[in-house]
Amino acid sequence: MTAVAGPPVTDLAPDASPPPTVRRPRPRLRAAAGFALGAALLFAVAPLVLSDFRLSLLAKYLCLAMVAVGIGIAWGRGGLLTLGQGVFFGLGGYAMAMHLKLADAGPGQMPDFMQLYGQLDELPLWWRPFASPWFALPATVLLPMAVAFGLGSLVFRRRVRGAYFAILSQALAAAMVILLVGQQGTTGGTNGLTDIQGFFGYDLDDPVNQRTVYFLIAAVLLALLALARQLVQSRYGELLVAVRDCEERVRFLGYDPATVKLVAYVTAAGMAGLAGALFVPAVGIISPALIGIVPSIEFVIGVAVGGRATLLGPVLGAVAVAWARTALSERFPGTWTYLQGGLFVLVVAFLPGGLASLLARRNGLGPLARLGRRRTEVAG
Amino acid sequence: MTVLFGQLFTGVSIGAVLLLIALGLALTFGQMNVINMAHGEFIMAGAYTTYVLQQTITGAGWSLLVALPVAFVVAGTMGVLLEILLIRRLYARPLDTLLVTWGVSLILQQLARDIFGSPNVQTRAPELLTGNIALPGGLTVANNRLFILALALAAVVALTLALRLTSLGRRIRAVVQNRDLAAVSGIPIARVDRTTFFVGSGLAGLAGVALTLLGPIGPTMGTNLIIDAFLVVVVGGIGQLKGSVIVAFALGVLQATGEYLTTLSVAKVMVFVAIVAFLQWRPQGLFTLRTRSLA
Repeated sequence: MTAVAGPPVTDLAPDASPPPTVRRPRPRLRAAAGFALGAALLFAVAPLVLSDFRLSLLAKYLCLAMVAVGIGIAWGRGGLLTLGQGVFFGLGGYAMAMHLKLADAGPGQMPDFMQLYGQLDELPLWWRPFASPWFALPATVLLPMAVAFGLGSLVFRRRVRGAYFAILSQALAAAMVILLVGQQGTTGGTNGLTDIQGFFGYDLDDPVNQRTVYFLIAAVLLALLALARQLVQSRYGELLVAVRDCEERVRFLGYDPATVKLVAYVTAAGMAGLAGALFVPAVGIISPALIGIVPSIEFVIGVAVGGRATLLGPVLGAVAVAWARTALSERFPGTWTYLQGGLFVLVVAFLPGGLASLLARRNGLGPLARLGRRRTEVAG
Repeated sequence: MTVLFGQLFTGVSIGAVLLLIALGLALTFGQMNVINMAHGEFIMAGAYTTYVLQQTITGAGWSLLVALPVAFVVAGTMGVLLEILLIRRLYARPLDTLLVTWGVSLILQQLARDIFGSPNVQTRAPELLTGNIALPGGLTVANNRLFILALALAAVVALTLALRLTSLGRRIRAVVQNRDLAAVSGIPIARVDRTTFFVGSGLAGLAGVALTLLGPIGPTMGTNLIIDAFLVVVVGGIGQLKGSVIVAFALGVLQATGEYLTTLSVAKVMVFVAIVAFLQWRPQGLFTLRTRSLA
């Protein structure tokens, strides 16, 4: 850290003045209306308008959007640029896929790939608990949260932050992928866990069941959004924004910024884990290529495009970017990479509040959407 | 003994590559607090420069010699362009710089794919650098790795001398220590930043030339190296070079011994755990400049 760090404190004073709009009835009403609209779109309009194929694509995008909700909290609200959400997505995904693979194989049997690469005689010890859904399902969320808690409590307490934290979170993603690829016999290596047939007794090839999975995913996304809104609107949410904008001042006021950040990081990890778990039945595969450094940072771009400091921005941004990727990379694979790079550059450099900040400027939406336009990192 | 020495030397030479990459990062990160993810693509630019030069200059030895300064200038110029066009506007937002430069790196990678094709290309190593040198006791060291080690050490020495003795070096140190005070003392900090970026990116170009001796050249060659190099800077501490030098070699040796004792993948995880543990002890890195800032 050099003495240059961040803007002078006086910079922040004018922005601190508008009182938090927590308990006014109107925003709550508007949120309820928006929630209902979202539910109507996801549950009624989308299944009617979209073909089965498109609907299953949408299910996949909605899983990515769940990760984005978490990043919106950790990065947009808390200023924690986490470049390793793929790790948590992957932990959730692998936990689910391991269970489904074992269920596919039947009791006492081993997943198909293990004989192929591993030449193992029996199931490895650490696979065994995943045979039980009572272990595997909670693990999809709790395992990522535990890893985030471990890393987060270590680094935040020692005030490792800003860019240092971003690099560490990215290094975690790198290490995870190398580990998965290296242990091919028990993890499926580069191929990952593929060819998942059933989901708790339902055949995933059946379009009706695919549709049910979509509904499940949409419902979970809406629930996560409601949770995120509660979190952001609570006193904790205010504190989180305060930590982002001036961590030292929060510390001097008697709070512990490390705990505040840890909660945001662990929450984001749990959401990513849940997203990964639901991604597996929706897409039928989880592999290192879906969770490494590159996908991890791609999670972030959707959030940046939509508007990192807003509630809905990350979701819409993630879906839009994922959709554009599918639409464009099929036809012009090279062009998509240029476009994606350009998106990073243009949005982050020139529109840091994302598309939401354009709307907010027009509607005067108050402090929530405005946050991204201000200098968001102090003392990087 | 022979095996141990071989692993140790491999570790040192991994460290030398990391060091070449990390030196440039330590400069720019230390001075401007900027995370330049496109640094890896400057490495790639240096490597492809070597490749292109070898198409025109047939002698592998000569082309390598020419490639060193040319790659330095090519990568350095790219760095300065990046600084002028984008990074300069983002000094107040270091984390955003990371994302913006990631975007730039995506674009540069695709550009390389379009120009040189997706498959890796290979350069010919000069004959002088293909063999081994036998040391007493049946130990051998590979010439190319020795060359890279020498190159990295030369870069460290040159950089240290430049920072200590030249007026530019004095200015850089002043800006690193206290940017505001340097500015009010009449140091043109914008120009100093640009020069630092040129040198830092140029060093990535040199690393690229060195890497052509070790393996094939591809559009994504920078991505994997850059994270390790950033870890070197984070653990070494910013604002000075000696931390990076020590940590680069330490990480290299740790990686190589870990790989020897277990497997590549387990070694990577071990290194990561070691780094997190180290940061518990020294969260600001091995050496830090004492400043009066809170962070």
